[in-house]
This record gives sequence, structure tokens and C-alpha cells, in this order.
Amino acid sequence: MSAEFSNFINIGERTNVTGSAVFKRLILNGDYEAALDVARQQVENGAQIIDINMDEAMLDSVSAMTTFLNLIASEPDISRVPIMIDSSKWEVIEAGLKCVQGKAIVNSISLKEGEAPFLYQARLIKRYGAATVVMAFDETGQADTQARKVEICQRSYKLLVEKLGFPPEDIIFDPNIFAVATGIEEHNNYAVDFIEATRVIRKTCPYAHVSGGLSNISFSFRGNNPVREAMHSVFLYHAIRAGLDMAIVNAGQLEVYDEIPKELRDAVEDVILNRHDDATDKLLELAPKYQGDGKTVVKEDLAWRELPVNKRLEHALVKGITDFIEEDTEAARQAADKPLHVIEGPLMDGMNVVGDLFGEGKMFLPQVVKSARVMKKAVAYLQPYIEAEKSEGQKSNGKILLATVKGDVHDIGKNIVGVVLQCNNFEVIDMGVMVPCASILQRAKEEDVDMIGLSGLITPSLDEMVHVAKEMERLNFDLPLLIGGATTSKAHTAVKIEQHYHAPVVYVPNASRAVGVCQKLLNAQSRAEFAEQLSKEYDIVRDQHARKQPRSKPVSLQQARDNAHVPDFSTAPVTPKKLGVTPVSVALETLRNYIDWTPFFLTWSLAGKYPRILTDEVVGEQAQSLFDDANAMLDKVIADQSLQAKGVIGLFPANRQDDDVVVYADETRTETLGIAHHLRQQTDKPKGANYCLSDFVAPVGSGIKDYIGAFAVTGGIGEDELAAAYEANGDDYNAIMVKAVADRLAEAFAEYLHEQVRKHYWGYAPDESLSNDDLIREKYQGIRPAPGYAACPEHTEKQLIWDLLNAEANTGMKLTESYAMWPGASVSGWYFAHPEARYFAVAKIQPDQVEDYANRKGWDIETAQRWLGPNLND
Amino acid sequence: MSRLTDEQFYALAAKRILILDGAMGTMIQRHKLEEEDYRGKEFADWHCDIKGNNDLLSITQPDIIYDIHCQYLEAGADIIETNSFNATTIAMADYDMEAQSRDINLAAARLARRAADEFTAKTPEKPRFVAGVLGPTNRTASISPDVNDPGKRNVTFDQLVEAYTESCEALIEGGSDIILIETIFDTLNAKAAAFAVETVFEKLGFRLPVMISGTITDASGRTLSGQTAEAFYYSLRHIKPVSFGLNCALGPDLLRQYVDEISTVSECLVSAHPNAGLPNEFGEYDMEGPEMASHLKEWAGSGLVNIVGGCCGSTPQHIRDLANAVAGVTPRAVPAFEPKMRLSGLEPFVH
Repeated sequence: MSAEFSNFINIGERTNVTGSAVFKRLILNGDYEAALDVARQQVENGAQIIDINMDEAMLDSVSAMTTFLNLIASEPDISRVPIMIDSSKWEVIEAGLKCVQGKAIVNSISLKEGEAPFLYQARLIKRYGAATVVMAFDETGQADTQARKVEICQRSYKLLVEKLGFPPEDIIFDPNIFAVATGIEEHNNYAVDFIEATRVIRKTCPYAHVSGGLSNISFSFRGNNPVREAMHSVFLYHAIRAGLDMAIVNAGQLEVYDEIPKELRDAVEDVILNRHDDATDKLLELAPKYQGDGKTVVKEDLAWRELPVNKRLEHALVKGITDFIEEDTEAARQAADKPLHVIEGPLMDGMNVVGDLFGEGKMFLPQVVKSARVMKKAVAYLQPYIEAEKSEGQKSNGKILLATVKGDVHDIGKNIVGVVLQCNNFEVIDMGVMVPCASILQRAKEEDVDMIGLSGLITPSLDEMVHVAKEMERLNFDLPLLIGGATTSKAHTAVKIEQHYHAPVVYVPNASRAVGVCQKLLNAQSRAEFAEQLSKEYDIVRDQHARKQPRSKPVSLQQARDNAHVPDFSTAPVTPKKLGVTPVSVALETLRNYIDWTPFFLTWSLAGKYPRILTDEVVGEQAQSLFDDANAMLDKVIADQSLQAKGVIGLFPANRQDDDVVVYADETRTETLGIAHHLRQQTDKPKGANYCLSDFVAPVGSGIKDYIGAFAVTGGIGEDELAAAYEANGDDYNAIMVKAVADRLAEAFAEYLHEQVRKHYWGYAPDESLSNDDLIREKYQGIRPAPGYAACPEHTEKQLIWDLLNAEANTGMKLTESYAMWPGASVSGWYFAHPEARYFAVAKIQPDQVEDYANRKGWDIETAQRWLGPNLND
Repeated sequence: MSRLTDEQFYALAAKRILILDGAMGTMIQRHKLEEEDYRGKEFADWHCDIKGNNDLLSITQPDIIYDIHCQYLEAGADIIETNSFNATTIAMADYDMEAQSRDINLAAARLARRAADEFTAKTPEKPRFVAGVLGPTNRTASISPDVNDPGKRNVTFDQLVEAYTESCEALIEGGSDIILIETIFDTLNAKAAAFAVETVFEKLGFRLPVMISGTITDASGRTLSGQTAEAFYYSLRHIKPVSFGLNCALGPDLLRQYVDEISTVSECLVSAHPNAGLPNEFGEYDMEGPEMASHLKEWAGSGLVNIVGGCCGSTPQHIRDLANAVAGVTPRAVPAFEPKMRLSGLEPFVH
């Protein structure tokens, strides 16, 4: 890489409502959380600065800019990089400048409205302490020719530097990148104009920079990403040499100049450099051939078969192609001295390429998992030969023990981590799910592992992790401990786990981080440095945690009860058509139509809403391929019935007794089947009620005949066996896929069943007619909250559901000692039918409610505190 | 005396290491003042408790403040800081005294002015200067007060600019030679202060030298708002301060590496006024003058600093010891750097 390329800065472009449909939708929907993920992804993908633009007619841009920048300020992994505040409106820019503590860049100002406003804005930018982009735009319009671009930039430079003393190094010119190959002859020289103007500007405006919005150049090839990427690369290749030193780009989407097929590169180069009159026509002619999913791809596919064997293996690994892997592995084996050398040589080389691409954000997680599948197949093929030679096993990077802790059955994330680590040549011992602490530690000793990784999804698992850490300290372990899983967090690790164990305790937020963490921990020196850095980070987290102020004033339980929600019971509750317990079975074909796919993609670390994710610019291709594989899996399990869904519902007479719901055996309401205990919100709600789920049921003694429902469903009967079969076959990708699909089926089942209950079994909304999309958005009457989640966060309440429904006998579903459900792909919960029933979060509760709850449950305070831990103030 | 310019300040600082004064709060504590002392005649009937409002003492107990200034000048301080750390309208809200903010700043500057002028008259070869202090306020513009609502703020940039503008005007009117924005733990607050100061200068038609001093809150090496020392400098160098440095939070032993970091990147003078160690179990600072002086002497000898003084826990004795310790040591030479775009997020980014 030449110096000029290494000095080139790429600015992330995806956090721009005018340029990214995905981002725009997130902002318009107020989904700032997901919008932050877009920003984070860019930084992770290597954006050195992020451009933020909220110019959208439907939006209060000032407020959106302020909100987003304030949110970014609390995300250190985003806010570590400088911000580019991008707007055509000065008030939005100024609002942005008032939110950033770092030195930012304004994008942009220009002479469009004349010198006075230009100088006014520049003077303020200087006072706010920012650099600025200056567009080549003046009173007569936007500069298109080289001469105009140069003239305007030079005039702007002179005004800024001489009149205001604006630091020249803080000026970034944007001489306008316009689309070429539009078919309009006047546009043909636009790229050349830009490149040549850049050369002059850099020479005549000392210390100033030149930047541009790259994607404009290829605007006329929208929909053809390979050609667009080629155009971007070729344009940058020449513009950077002329002095372009920054650009707004999609960092994850740049083809390497050298890797563009020569034919395409030449055609693109002719267009960019305007080398002859019919350059555009030539490129247009060629373009369809490179269209993303056209037939060329198939042809290309076969071309790689002509490569030497090592390259073929690399290609198969990078692309995740298993079709030829045995044939190629055999060829490599014949060429090698020893079969082991095939693994250590070409296969590991190939996996290193995969690792690098993944590390650089050029490959996505599902692709890496597929690469692992190829690797495993190759290794499995070689195994008998290696055994025959009685050679020693492959030398691994290190040995890592992974386990989902006692009481928890969730393992998709852990399995993904395991696969990624194996791809990187770590030896992984996966002890599976529900592993007791003692077994983990004993195995760790026996196998002499280098570190232990714990995973868990449900909240009680957090306590179990604390327990493991304490045990490791007591038993004088010195191994690093990795913590991961959906409910874990850096804060929890810092505040609750880390101080119990002297060796490094590392929170690993996602699979892609695991490799880096493990590598650092395995080397004695980097381990020490890393440990020190970590303990500093944890100190900060702990400090911040200690500094936290309570979000809002707590109120006493009595005050909360006095402010309960009182629903309107003037219309009598509908009597369920079918009271009692009903086992339900349903064909997977039916459930398939009820699947909410969006979370499925999240499982694979692909963010975006279905179905739009399938056409997303960045992850669309991957998402589509994943979606196809999931549907193929569905086809298979439906055809061979290897996966089954089972469920049971129950509808019972019930009335509220304070915060409890008494469930009766029959309409006489004399015999109690059980009591459901619920928790009440306990923070000050000046404008609303302090909700408790019981509020939605008519009270005992009111004379109102009310009802409650319960359900338990699974989409995972058979998932463990299927996954094990895939694993035995070296196919981790499909092992994970089976569980991810089963998860979706369970959720779909819950959605489907709720609809059946509303329309038939309970029948309070017989005429409801909603699309799947509306179902996903919960546009119906009634709710189905699940124990362990926000509205009823205490897990042991599942036991009552199990008892009421005789769930184990009816479905085969079980509860673990931490009240996780087995199979993992399961959902259970309550039905509340009242039209005012809504979801809410109980959030933090106070000691008086803990005591009250303990009394109601017949627990001692300590037990109550343990189960209510996540809802207690620390 | 004519108005101090950046050039004059640089010229003085080129000759020797300049001495800043020490803690005001520690010295006030010695007087063990009670509620009625704080109230004085002026605020005898104030409707809420005001014990602890040290800034108000410039009005109600001017002799005590004046005397503290004199003790520091006597000890060898070239620059004394006005007793206005919490005097912005925002910080004064704790005592319902927003409306008194201007008077308090004005009184603080006048007291320091009087003391400085007295000593300059005594030793004209060693002129003394008044640094008008703009403190951090008790609110943060880039950190949420509500952990569940990270986008929330309890103060805006504009509110800070307004408060700082009022304080800055009064400090200048009262006779400050220098404006010192100090104990910065949220850089956005300081950017608002810098914005206000620039706006006041523009309005007045003249500039004063500006000193900036931030606070590295703990061993993480970052400000409370998360910036590294270098990133913090890049966020504020646009105001062209005569000095940039660090104060408070840490004792000299822990602060050294961050002063070193600033010293490496700063195109202006470098200041440091650390605490007298870290507070012990009783909240007292127990690093004695000679020990503190030996640290600062080493920094001076290593060419890290141009201006030194003390923060929490330091006394006139500390200042005397460190003035003696750095006397005759060559000040840090101010380096020149190639012009480059120096941006920052939480981390620096130079292009």
C-alpha cells in the first residue's frame, strides 16, 4: 500500500437519511437503538469518521440531529471517532455543533448565498471549534468544470484564510463528484474534471484537504453493485493519486482495484478517464454480465476450478463451497508429504484469509460459519490418513472450554462462538448446555484448557456465572474467564463478576470479538497488558455504575397500588368458548406463515428488518442466502418430520386478589388451582398508572366473572437430535440453522396460537382478520406476556403454568432448575384478554415489594432477592 | 497597568517557570466558618442555607479571601485565581443565588486585583496577575443524568454559554488579566465556555490571554466525558489558549503521564496544578509541600511544564516549596508542529 493510500480517510456514509433507506426508516420510526447499530457497524467496518445527515422533509431535523448525537455520546465504541455533521441547513449544523465534545467537521458551507453568510457561518464554525467542508458552489451555481471547481475553491480559501484566519488545515474542499456514464455527453468528463481540479486545489491551497461523496459517481448503475464498486475503486485509484485525501464511502463495499476483472476494469477506466466517446456504451453493454446474481456468477464459479489446488481450497473456504472439497483435499494430500501438512498449509492459509476478511468486516458471520463447514469437511476427509500415519494432532492455537451454565439451555450464540474460534485454529471443547459449575471446572483441569467461556441467555444464568467465578477463585484457578450471552453485559461483568476472580474476566459482546480476545489472552505479555487495560475499563464502568442516579423517584408499594391501573369492566368479560386445558398440535406448514423473520437475521448478526433486509445494500446478499438456507431447512424438516411443534393452552376462571391472580378450577370459583404472583411498577408515574398484570383481571368480590389463559409451546421437538446429527457430520452451520429455525417456529406457534385463542378457544375477537405483519406488530386485543420478560420478570412463575397445563405430559417440554424451558425453542406465558391490557416493564422494585412478594410466594427474603435480582437496585 | 497580551505572557513564560497559586477551599476551611459567617450582613435573611457557598465569601467575608490571595502572593505566586469556581448562574442555583452570580464574580475579581496590584507595587520586577476562573459548573452537557435515557441532558450548550458569558464579563470588568477555564471534566461544557469567552472578547473589542486546564478523573487517563488527554486538547485548541494543562483529581505521581501526553502535543504553554496527593480516609490531603515540590521539580527538569501550582489540599507552604524547587529551571520550550487537521472524538485523529 502506498503512502498516499494509507493517508486516505474513509468517512462512513450509512448514517445518512438521504443516502440510506435503512437508516432513514429507522430514524423515521424513532428506532434510535437500531440506528446506533448502523453507526457502530460503520466504525467497526473501519470508518475513521462518521457522517451524520438528518435532512428529511418528514423529520424535525434539528431534534433528530440533537437526539442522535446525544445518544452517540454515550456509546464509546462509536463516539471514539470524530463526527461529520452533515446538513444543508445551517440550524441543523449549529444544533449538531452544540452536542459534540470532540472536534468535528461541518459538511458543508459554500458561497451559494454569497460571501456574507459564508463568512458568518465559517466564523461560528471556528468558534465552535470544528473543521469544515466547503462545497464548490457559488452564487451562480454548483461547479461542474475543472476551471469552475478550482476557481470557487481558491476564492473560498482566500476568504477563509485571509479574512477570518481560518486554519487552512481545517478546510476540506468538496469539488463535487457527479455521476458519469449517464448517457448525457456533457457528463462524460465529470470524473476527469474532479480529478484534475483536485490536483490544482491541493497544489494551490496549502494544507487544505479534498473530499467527496463517492457513491455519486456510479449513480447511473444503481442496482448493479459489482459495476458500482468497480467504478468506485477505479475512481479512487486515480483521484487519490491526484490528491483526494478523504471521501465519504461505504467502507464495507469497495472492490480491490487489482481484483476487478480486467475486462471490466478497462471499461470502467475508459469511462472514468473519459478515454473515448463510446466508453459509456461499452460499459453499459458489459454491465449486465456482472449483475450480482446473473448467470455470469455461475460461469465465474467454474472458472476457479482452473486455479492451482491451493487456490481452489482457498476459494472454497472463502466462498463456503463444499461441492469439490473432497476432490481438492485429495489432490492436495497427494501433493503433500504428509496429510497433516494439508491442514497446516493450504487449509490454514485459506482460513487465515477468511479470518482476515472477517476481521476487516469484508465477510459476514454466516459466511464464516459456512467456511468452517468446508474446513471441517476437509479435515474429516484427512482424518483417516492422519490416523494411519499416527501423526500427532494438529497443533492448535489454544484450548478453550465453552459451556452454557447450569439451568440454561440456550446455545445458539455459544455454538457460533465455538465455530468462529475453531475457524481460527483454536481447539474448542464444547460441554453443551446446563453444565454444572463443578463439571466445568473439573473438565477444565483434566483437559488443561487455556481458558473458559461461559454463556447464558436467561437472567438467573448471571448469578450462576458469578458463582463460577467465585469457585474458580476459591479453587486457585488462574485461567481467564470469558463471559457472553444475551443477558450478559460489560456492566454486569464489571460490577458483579470481575472482582470475585483475580485472573482476567472478559465480557465478549459478540462472536467476532472472541478471536481477538482469546489471542490476547494466550500470550503472557499481551495477557498482562490486556488484563491491565480491562481492569481499567471495568473501573470506569464500575465508577459510572456507582454514579448512576435512580432514573425516577421510587414510590412505596402502597402508593404504587393506590395508583394501579383501573380498567373499565362495564362490559362483562367474554366467557371462553372452551374452558380447561387443550393440547394443540399444528402442522409446520401452517406455522411457517406466521414466522417473524427479523429476529432470525439478528441471530446471525445481520441487522435489518425483514423483508427489506433481503435487498439491503450491505447485507442483502448474505441475508437472502441465509433466508434461502432457512427455507430449505424448513422444507426438509416439514418433509421428513424430523422437527415437531407441540403446544398446550388452558383457559380458566380467575379473579384478582391484590397483585395476585387466583386461578379457579371451574365457574363456581370455589376451588383454587393456583395463584399467579405478579409484580407492580414501583417508580413515580406522575402521568400514568403503576401497572401490574393483575390489574387487567377483575377483582375478587366484584361479582365480575373474569378469566385468564396460559400457554406453553415448542417448535423444537427433535431439534437437539437433528443438531447433533449435523454436528457429527461436521456441519455446524446447519446445526445452528436447525435451532435458529426451531426458535422461529416456536415464536410463530405462540403467535398462531394466540390468534386461535382470540378467535376460537376464548373467542373474544371472533371476527379478527389481521395480516402476519399486523400480528407481528401486535395490533390485536389482549396480550401474552411471558414469565422472565419485562412485564412478569420472575422466572419461577413458569412452574404454575406448567402445573396448570400439565405441560410436561402434554408437550414433553420441561423446566430446568433455573426455570429455563427445554427444548430451547420454547415459549410460554399468560393470556390477558381485557382491551386495555398492554405490555409494560416492571423495572426496578423496592424492598417493601420484595418482602411482600416473599410473603406471597412463601419464600424467605434471601430467596426472593435472588429471583428478583435483576429488578432490584444494586 | 495596560492590558496583558498573549505576547507579553509568552515573553514572561519564556524566562522562567511561572507559579500559579494553590487551593482556595483548603484555606477557607481553616477558618471553620459557620452559617452566619457565610451569610454576613449582606445575606443575613437569605431564605435557604448557604453554608459552603465559598464563592459568596468574596462579598460577605472579603477580608478572608483577600488575605488568602495575599498569602499565596507572599509565597511566590505569579498568578492568583479568583474565588469564582462555582460562581456561574448554573452552579449558584444550588443556593437560589443565580441573580447574585454577576456580583460574586465581580467581587472575586476585584479582591484578587487589589491583592495582585499591591504585590506588583512592592516588587515591580515580578508583576502579579489575576486569572478569572470559570469553573466546570455542576452539570454536564455531554453526559446523561439518567442512565435509562442516555440521550437526556440536564443542561444545554446554549444555557452554558449564557451562564459563562455573564461570569466572564463580570470577571473582566473586575480586573482579570487572564481567563482560566479550569477543572474541565466535560469537554462540551468547556467548549461552551470557550464559545462564551470568544463572544465576550468580540463584544469588548479586545482579547485576554486564555488558560485552559482539564481534569483526568481517574487512572483511566480520560476525562469524565471519556476523552483522552490528546483528544481533549484538540477539542479546545481552537481558542488559541496561552496555556493548556491539567489540574485536580489526581496527585502529582499519578498525573505525570498525562501532563507528559499534553506536553508532547501542545503548541502552547503547559500548566499543571495537581492536588496535594489523594485524599486519605478522612478526606484530607496529606502530601506535604516538599514532596509535592520534588515531583514538580522533576517535571520541570524533564521539560514538561511552563506553569505550575496546586489544587485541592495545597497551601501557601506548598506553593512556596514548589516555587523554590522550580526556580532557575528552564521552562519547557514550546514546540511548533506542521499544520494538520487535528480532529477528535473520544480519541484523537490527526490528518
